[in-house]
Amino acid sequence: MSIDKQDVQKIAHLARLALTEEDAVQYQHSLSSVLSLVEQMQSVDTDGVAPLSNPLEMTQRLREDEVTEVNQRDAFLANAPQTEAGLFLVPQVIE
Amino acid sequence: MNWEVVIGLEIHTQLSTKSKLFSGAAVGFGAEPNTQTTLVDLGMPGALPVFNKEALRMAVMFGHAINAEIGMTSVFARKNYFYPDLPKGYQTSQMDHPIVGKGYLDVTLEDGTTTRVGITRAHLEEDAGKSLHEDFQGMTGIDLNRSSTPLLEIVSEPDIRSAKEAVAYVKMIHSIVTYLGICDGNMAEGSMRCDINLSLRPKGQEEYGTRTEIKNVNSFRFIEKAIYTEIERQADILEDGGRIIQETRLYDPEKNETRSMRSKEDANDYRYFPCPDLLPIVLTQEYVDQIKANLPELPSQKAERFQSEYNLSDYDAHVLSSSRAMADYFEAANKVNQDPKLTANWVMGELSKLLNQSQLDIANSPVDANAFGELLARIKDNTINGKTAKDVLQAMWDGEGSADEIIDAKGLKQVTDTGAIESMIQTILDANAAQVEQYRAAEPDKQKKMIGFFVGQVMKASQGKANPGMVNPILAKMLKG
Amino acid sequence: MFEQSIATLAQQLRNKEISSVELTRLFLDRIQALDPQLNSFITISDELALQQAKAADTAIANGSSSSLTGIPIAHKDLFCTQDVLTTCGSKMLNNFIPPYESTVTSRIQQAGAVMLGKTNMDEFAMGSSNENSFYGAVKNPWNLNKVPGGSSGGSAAAVAAGLAVAATGTDTGGSIRQPASFCGITGLKPTYGRVSRFGMIAYASSLDQGGPMAKSAEDCAHLMQAMAGFDDKDSTSSETPKEDYLANLNAPLAGLKIGLPKEYFGDGLDAKVADTIMAAVKEFEKLGATVKEVSLPNLQLSIPSYYVIAPSEASSNLSRFDGVRFGHRCDDPKDLLDMYTRSRAEGFGTEVQKRIMVGTYALSEGYYDAYYLKAQKIRRLIKEDFVNALNEVDVIMGPVAPTTAFDLGSKTNDPVAMYLEDIYTLSVNLAGIPAMSVPAGFVDNMPVGLQIMGNYFAEAKLLNIAHQYQQNTDWHLQTPTMAKGA
Repeated sequence: MSIDKQDVQKIAHLARLALTEEDAVQYQHSLSSVLSLVEQMQSVDTDGVAPLSNPLEMTQRLREDEVTEVNQRDAFLANAPQTEAGLFLVPQVIE
Repeated sequence: MNWEVVIGLEIHTQLSTKSKLFSGAAVGFGAEPNTQTTLVDLGMPGALPVFNKEALRMAVMFGHAINAEIGMTSVFARKNYFYPDLPKGYQTSQMDHPIVGKGYLDVTLEDGTTTRVGITRAHLEEDAGKSLHEDFQGMTGIDLNRSSTPLLEIVSEPDIRSAKEAVAYVKMIHSIVTYLGICDGNMAEGSMRCDINLSLRPKGQEEYGTRTEIKNVNSFRFIEKAIYTEIERQADILEDGGRIIQETRLYDPEKNETRSMRSKEDANDYRYFPCPDLLPIVLTQEYVDQIKANLPELPSQKAERFQSEYNLSDYDAHVLSSSRAMADYFEAANKVNQDPKLTANWVMGELSKLLNQSQLDIANSPVDANAFGELLARIKDNTINGKTAKDVLQAMWDGEGSADEIIDAKGLKQVTDTGAIESMIQTILDANAAQVEQYRAAEPDKQKKMIGFFVGQVMKASQGKANPGMVNPILAKMLKG
Repeated sequence: MFEQSIATLAQQLRNKEISSVELTRLFLDRIQALDPQLNSFITISDELALQQAKAADTAIANGSSSSLTGIPIAHKDLFCTQDVLTTCGSKMLNNFIPPYESTVTSRIQQAGAVMLGKTNMDEFAMGSSNENSFYGAVKNPWNLNKVPGGSSGGSAAAVAAGLAVAATGTDTGGSIRQPASFCGITGLKPTYGRVSRFGMIAYASSLDQGGPMAKSAEDCAHLMQAMAGFDDKDSTSSETPKEDYLANLNAPLAGLKIGLPKEYFGDGLDAKVADTIMAAVKEFEKLGATVKEVSLPNLQLSIPSYYVIAPSEASSNLSRFDGVRFGHRCDDPKDLLDMYTRSRAEGFGTEVQKRIMVGTYALSEGYYDAYYLKAQKIRRLIKEDFVNALNEVDVIMGPVAPTTAFDLGSKTNDPVAMYLEDIYTLSVNLAGIPAMSVPAGFVDNMPVGLQIMGNYFAEAKLLNIAHQYQQNTDWHLQTPTMAKGA
């Protein structure tokens, strides 16, 4: 299984990773190797096998509907790259 | 060409839980930015979601209310995309296994006809935050207070064929969720938002046309107007031989037009997969049945009861039960005066008029149901007449006190003492001797017209307090001489 | 002193033979002197450590101490620690100071332990050699030219070199067991759901599990006493009551049924490592255990299954690192997209970006069924293999890794060579069962770990088995020469 450079750029865009031409060539090579490695799954017959997403197959526990948290805005904002008036700032979003 | 419009709606209702869907942060509108957030809502590293019990109960209630299959095993999935108001880079939602499966609603239209709208599914998901586009050094501000607020997204089948049907359907959903107490229904604050999927096809054609999606319309009026303008836009394009592009559009109420949104994700590939931080929600039949057994009365059931219990007309019963707040008001007021027809008329008439003038919801009426009932009781027991009651209601509205206080203070009590009415009439007859002469000389059918003059004079002299039902016969007798 | 067990140190602390402050200073001095050779720490929290040591001494003086009170330990830099830099081995979090504490570190702190610092690791726990750290590779204390294993390489090297009494690690595909094996220490990956993941920076949520890394099984048991157990902040945390991990350490092993999976001893396993493992198994027979062959037929498939599931979950888990609320943001972004793509490309290393892209691809439209869903189905087959085998035997034994620690830089060029090294560890995470690495000997002066895999929630049993072995062998007591240099 191999993928081309265009695929790599498409994936990188979905994953929001900036790739240079050089990076793209590099990743094209390494992603293709990984995809070849995982390709061997296709030879296995898994008809009728249910997918397993949680090893213990537990079910969801429920939380009481209670407000348990207090405002810690300043502590959280302290880690942000750019803030103003209690808001996180990002380059202008155009809708 | 004769076009048929095909509409499907996705309604996002905010569930009125105290805390968020996956965290113990408070849910609320209008708080200082980012003050109602925890590390879960902010998508901090190492944060994990824990599911709110109440949101589950509310979703199951809704499922019962729309006659739906309940998802006995439902699964949260991640919808992956990048957006600054989506802190984790994915929205936790439900995909293959929603909590509420197929259901339907019978929607009553204004003309009294009923149409069935299929509901594909309703699923639980978390809301995103808000981007504030005011200028912060040329940047956008992000407020995540709304992040992880519980939403129930209700997806209809493309069964809706007109703007009127769409509005009636949304109003019905609105009335159901507020009846159930699972949503405050406040559309202005975004508690209910609607995405409209709309396409046109030539009448008679089975195949659907290409649809557009109008996002986030948040009032009944805008839903109607957005649909009309989008129908017009699509019809213009199609009639010019053009093609509709499948896209997301935004309704601009100021210009009354829809416009294309720059796509959030140019290539929409949300890469849904089951959220590994959350486990399947597995319900027992007992749990589901218990919620069903404890379901509050729904709008349609209430309308039926209003007809049978209070002898109201079909129309009155439907209007009064269209909102839970109005129905509750009606019933509380009626308890006080015990006259359903009178109460219905006054709630739908004078009270609604005042509410509309002040643009108030009945739940926020300055005259509460009890006080309103007392006012109506004074009409019923002939203390005041209907005309006076309107003035009393206005005074109550203005905060001047209870009905009895106002009637007392202003001396508005009807005169029902025969002697007092007779003496009042005698005074009028004495002062208008000439008119009395004319009356007595006139033919009987002329007399009938002329008596109005004397009634008017009596009412004027009594400042409206004379009971009109008593004045007429006494006056007639005394005029005879 | 640095070679003592937790039990011995606790005794000495209680007897006032040494104070926690003295003990903490001793370890801080050792870190100062030796860590420049190893690079096992990213952050040394000396001030905080001495504060906690003082508090521990007070607690001991008041007679309110537990077995961890005053014991200096280290945490993998993947556990969020309040007010202490938490990097996850990444440039992305080079400046991240969490205002909250993970459940694991919080419980260990409440038990009175002293935190010396945060240990180096493969970036976001992605790696088997600790060469994928933004903060530089970690060296193996037994041979500074060799890798310590990964991703909990810093914790393993620090414990092996006596820079901390014990440490925490996390294991998504072998990240506790393989470095424990390479560095000659004891490590336990608990049952999925046994140890809370709250405050643990996620790599692959359905596989990640925190656990203890220490010199002996007994020391691991002491850490488990504090860190294991239900946590209502983690939906995947198990409500199964936790066991007393110390109570049965001395239970005899007579009648123990050991299974040896034939697939663990086939091609690819270094012959000398195989001999070492078989020698260890012999030792168990001497202790009264019986041995039989079992089969885990889908073992080979654990590599593709894991390298689809883990990157898929990672691709989503790592989306929150977007330069908006914390972490690295690129300079002068020209627009939103530029901010996202450059912040992430600059903040993440190559291996992390590679796995994010593999996962993104595996989940994308048109490929989901063939990759992610298929991998989840195979995951069930792998789990069933273990369930079947563990119906026949009490525990399964085998090697942790095909070889001993390899040379630094020897496997960094081939994108998948390193993945193949994980063959004996991945399946355990896919199935969610507990497993240990226990020092079992040396090959060419490098340690070899014996892997012991058990049934769900059988941690106490595993610790008992490992402890009995350690009562009869001294492999876990060996100390690398470099550690004696200070």
